[in-house]
Amino acid sequence: MFDFAVVTQWVDTLLRSFLPDQAALLVEFLLVGLCLLTAYALIALALIYGERKICAWFQCRLGPNRVGPYGLIQPVADMFKMLIKELIDMNHSDKFLFRVAPFIVIISSVLAFGCIPFAKGLEILDFNVGIFFLLAVSSIGIVGILLAGWSSNNKFSLIGAMRSGAQMISYELSIGLTILTMVVLSGSMQLSTIVESQANGWFIFTGHIPAFIAFVIYLIAGTAETNRGPFDLPEADSELTAGYHTEYSGIQFGFFYLAEYLNMFVVAAVAATLFWGGWMPLHIPGFDNFNMIMDYIPSLFWFFGKVALMIFIIMWFKWTFPRLRIDQLLRLEWKYLLPINLINLMLMVIIVVFGLHF
Amino acid sequence: MNLSLFVVVLITAIVLVAAALIIGRLLSPSSYNKQKGEAYECGIPTRGGSWMQFKVGYYLYAILFLMFDVETVFLFPWAVTVREAGIDGLINVLFFFVVLVLGLAYAWKKGALEWK
Repeated sequence: MFDFAVVTQWVDTLLRSFLPDQAALLVEFLLVGLCLLTAYALIALALIYGERKICAWFQCRLGPNRVGPYGLIQPVADMFKMLIKELIDMNHSDKFLFRVAPFIVIISSVLAFGCIPFAKGLEILDFNVGIFFLLAVSSIGIVGILLAGWSSNNKFSLIGAMRSGAQMISYELSIGLTILTMVVLSGSMQLSTIVESQANGWFIFTGHIPAFIAFVIYLIAGTAETNRGPFDLPEADSELTAGYHTEYSGIQFGFFYLAEYLNMFVVAAVAATLFWGGWMPLHIPGFDNFNMIMDYIPSLFWFFGKVALMIFIIMWFKWTFPRLRIDQLLRLEWKYLLPINLINLMLMVIIVVFGLHF
Repeated sequence: MNLSLFVVVLITAIVLVAAALIIGRLLSPSSYNKQKGEAYECGIPTRGGSWMQFKVGYYLYAILFLMFDVETVFLFPWAVTVREAGIDGLINVLFFFVVLVLGLAYAWKKGALEWK
């Protein structure tokens, strides 16, 4: 399988051959930042296009099809439109917090995005507490949303932010516990190690039933965490106009939009990495010829294929289930998912301690 | 190396927002109108402020969240070494776990999980 470490090493030696060490490091950092920004923007555009097309197909429409072939340029046009819209300054808002909120939301999503192992040797932040760091960083976003709702000085924004806060912290718990369950199985928190330890079968297969239960809970909690699908009551358009970002206009609104889509990507990517093997091809122990054929498919395709499937399922949720009320939402988390999760964790621990996993 | 990369990613995020904001400011029109800056509440003039006391139910969930989230954080170091800790470790953690489940049961019994 192609190892991207070869490319990075080649760039490193090339730069060091004609630059002093410090300058080479600086150029490398710039390249990393540039690649990150490009990937971030491209994935956001792809997701916006995908969302609109899939939404259209679910409703028996064609979706965007005028701008460019099959409407492919539509998200670019949308982005440009956002850039040229006026940034309105509110009369009675808390100006400083109002401006700071998009920064916090975007920082949280970019940092979480940077942790994901995209392909073999293609990852930026690879801490030995990787998954824990990802969990910590992605929860900073709640602060941004609460600040946005509070500083707008608008009742809809405040209600939206409060609902969003209650929802996100509640489901954060489920995400934490399912990740804990998978950490018990993998025995490591480093994302690259987690992926590599799935070479003999993905965790959803090797982890018996607890892994599958954890996956279902993770998907439900992840959908709620990104304020999507049946859990979109923080920005329930028919009740609250737009929730916490009602007062934002132009590109400042665009940041929340961007962060929401990228958070969905991060949730899908973590689901793919923890349960479906990340960039690891499908391996069946004992079938060496089959494993070799699978290895020919590049790891980047495996990763993005799995993520696309997860994202499709999350979008599918949105058009299948009606929106929940806040009491139903909190009951689902605290009275169903949390107890199931705790029992599931103990099941997984017993399986791992007694060596019953495959 | 990882720490410096963390700083690089952090700066990238800040640059992304700042650059987009500056480009937006340059490209977008701007005209001042007193009505435009009012809060949008379906076109009806706002009555009273929005920075007020809020339903206490939300804070109850926040406190419960804090309890369980801190517990999850405590369990992470054990989760990595489950195999080495073995059955002894499992029994030790079970005490911690049972106390926690009792806490959840108490909150449930008291009706703290109901949305009123």
